[in-house]
Amino acid sequence: MATEILMPALSPTMEEGTLAKWLVKEGDTVKSGDILAEIETDKATMEFEAVDEGTIGRLMVAEGTQGVKVNTPIATLLEDGESADAAPAAAREPAAQPGKGEASRDETGEAPDRAPAAARSAVEAVSTPEPDEAPDWPEGTTVKPMTVREALREAMAEEMERDETVFLMGEEVGEYQGAYKISQGLLDRFGPRRVVDTPISEMGFAGIGVGAAFGGLRPIVEFMTFNFAMQAIDHIINSAAKTLYMSGGQMGAPMVFRGPNGAAARVGAQHSQDYAAWYAAIPGLKVVMPYTAADAKGLLKTAIRDPNPVIFLENEILYGRSFDVPQMEDFTIPFGKARVARKGRDVTIVSFGIGMAHALEAAEALAKDGIEAEVIDLRTLRPLDYATVLKSVQKTNRCVTVEEGFPVGSIGNHISAYLMEHAFDWLDAPVINCTGKDVPMPYAANLEKLALITAAEVVEAVRKVTYR
Amino acid sequence: MARKPSAPGDSPSDGGAQPNVSRDELLKLYRDMLLIRRFEEKAGQLYGMGLIGGFCHLYIGQEAVVVGLEAAAEEGDKRITSYRDHGHMLACGMEARGVMAELTGREGGYSRGKGGSMHMFSKERHFYGGHGIVGAQVPLGAGLAFADKYLGNGRVTFTYFGDGASNQGQVYETYNMAELWDLPVIFVIENNQYAMGTSMKRSTKSTTLYGRGEAFGIPGEQVDGMDVLAVKAAGEKAVAHCRAGKGPYILEMMTYRYRGHSMSDPAKYRTREEVQKMRDERDPIENVRSLLLTGSHATEDDLKAIDKDIKDIVNDSADFARQSPEPQPDELWTDIYADA
Repeated sequence: MATEILMPALSPTMEEGTLAKWLVKEGDTVKSGDILAEIETDKATMEFEAVDEGTIGRLMVAEGTQGVKVNTPIATLLEDGESADAAPAAAREPAAQPGKGEASRDETGEAPDRAPAAARSAVEAVSTPEPDEAPDWPEGTTVKPMTVREALREAMAEEMERDETVFLMGEEVGEYQGAYKISQGLLDRFGPRRVVDTPISEMGFAGIGVGAAFGGLRPIVEFMTFNFAMQAIDHIINSAAKTLYMSGGQMGAPMVFRGPNGAAARVGAQHSQDYAAWYAAIPGLKVVMPYTAADAKGLLKTAIRDPNPVIFLENEILYGRSFDVPQMEDFTIPFGKARVARKGRDVTIVSFGIGMAHALEAAEALAKDGIEAEVIDLRTLRPLDYATVLKSVQKTNRCVTVEEGFPVGSIGNHISAYLMEHAFDWLDAPVINCTGKDVPMPYAANLEKLALITAAEVVEAVRKVTYR
Repeated sequence: MARKPSAPGDSPSDGGAQPNVSRDELLKLYRDMLLIRRFEEKAGQLYGMGLIGGFCHLYIGQEAVVVGLEAAAEEGDKRITSYRDHGHMLACGMEARGVMAELTGREGGYSRGKGGSMHMFSKERHFYGGHGIVGAQVPLGAGLAFADKYLGNGRVTFTYFGDGASNQGQVYETYNMAELWDLPVIFVIENNQYAMGTSMKRSTKSTTLYGRGEAFGIPGEQVDGMDVLAVKAAGEKAVAHCRAGKGPYILEMMTYRYRGHSMSDPAKYRTREEVQKMRDERDPIENVRSLLLTGSHATEDDLKAIDKDIKDIVNDSADFARQSPEPQPDELWTDIYADA
């Protein structure tokens, strides 16, 4: 039976082309791989090969013809012994549009309840109506002051005891005892199989970490700072965050990428960036940025157990600060649950990470002038606790966000957009985003201070939105 | 440490590397390579009809590499590769139907239509993708081997990449760590001579790629990648090295792709004659076919029966890939996160 040779799509975007030249004539015998014609697309002239063997019956489109639509029959191919008059295959294939299969015809029969699912935004997908106001630990639990550094170390040690597949890898994590001493003592306790010193190869060891997670382990990949993780960001995003989706749920990367993030002190532009908003933009990642030692411990334990890739953003300045940490057998904090660090009725200040230090300092100063600020520590940026923010803003009718990162495309921008959409009628003033300045971090002490967010700027923003 | 370099245009590799192979084995190699060839031809056809979209990178010409190495693998061994991945999936036993339906972006595909040609996986068959970023699969493959060594399960990972990826820095970061930690990983460089449109000559002054492993202490060799028996023999040697706990091994497979880099590549960077010469003189499938016939291991009729069988499998996969429905709209929102 004669088959039709159709005008091919020769690029992802081609809809029509010019049949520049025939390289066969009627009656020629062809086999798979022989060039039949030259076809001009918008980008190039392509050779069009036969995929079946047979004899060319009729050439149906003359050479030089422009605007030949994809899937138009351009020739017939005869099997052995057929004549050129043989009717082309009776049931001609319906001409499919490029990039659109036959199954798309079923779209008209789409169930109506599916449309909203497809149309919903990421924001709505994660919102919950009522905030979870349960305390992080039961009342009466003994607490002990502990530095953020000790809290992080305890979290890792406890999880390594609990699960044999958890291991730590990174630069100087073992014999050097950690560049910032987070992993101090872990090599002695767990040995070199589970505390792995790497060469200075961020892209390579991040990729090996992701591969190890594919292979059934639970890696903790430490970056000496997240500034160096830019060398590895392809593996964090393309390899770790997207694989579960691309594999249709078959496999993903259960692992933690952790290390100090943001400005330390006087280390200049290349060592002082806050990446919170970058990673929080990526579906498939979870993003944690704790402020207190209790949160550092409880959230890192949750991160290590989570079956998804988690970005855990620490802060060098906070490592040495002490906070109360509950003394419990197995203390964890769930993701997506903000902490109301201070109650108030006049304005909502939303922050996370070291921004909380400025937010709380500002709230203290404002209280002296009779302005009661409610301060919310988001703790996790993905998932983000929209419900707690929304409920607070519905009470205070004003909001200021505080973070160290750059202003464009910040977490504050995102929260402002969310409040515009969901709390427009409750707002008595525009939301103000307090952020780091829109400049690379300078080295000079006075300029660095100007580039960073300060409590004074938060106070000023609150005065603006409260008109006081 | 190293064998004499050979180009894919040279005569078949010296007899020393040729293993004894049974008639059944030879027939299986023929069949497995033919399945890839016919499957890829059909994929090209469906692409031309607009049923497959985006980028589509065909493996035609390189079939002996994966088929030969799979013959050297054991159940449980892992493999990972780039975006030119259809052949690897078929060779490790993934179903033609599921692969083709992923190419058409349908529910019946291995990733339920969410991955496409470049992003497919099968945990069951130990196939870890399907990666679209050139060179990224190299540390990922070493990471799989890291996990196997950590778990002490005796498995080996085949990590495939091309001559193009060989110029990515992360490959050498990985070589260093793989040798430092004695990871059971075989780095398979599929040297098909062209990184998209850039020939080896225009991208490097190195004459061999396996030789770059020497700087890290990794042994390796160049293999005639058009000769499936030479590939199998080299694969067995590399597997033995890895399983003995001696660390990684590099196999540089000298091969050739007949088609363009992707479907939209007019391939003007090489002559038609160069391609035709390779097809006429070095075709891996024709080589085995003539071995079968001249050695009287099979008759023309035996091979015709295999051809027909393969054609049926491929046609069935294409029918399935066209009839399988597109994913439901709410599939958009699944598999972003695993349940904690």
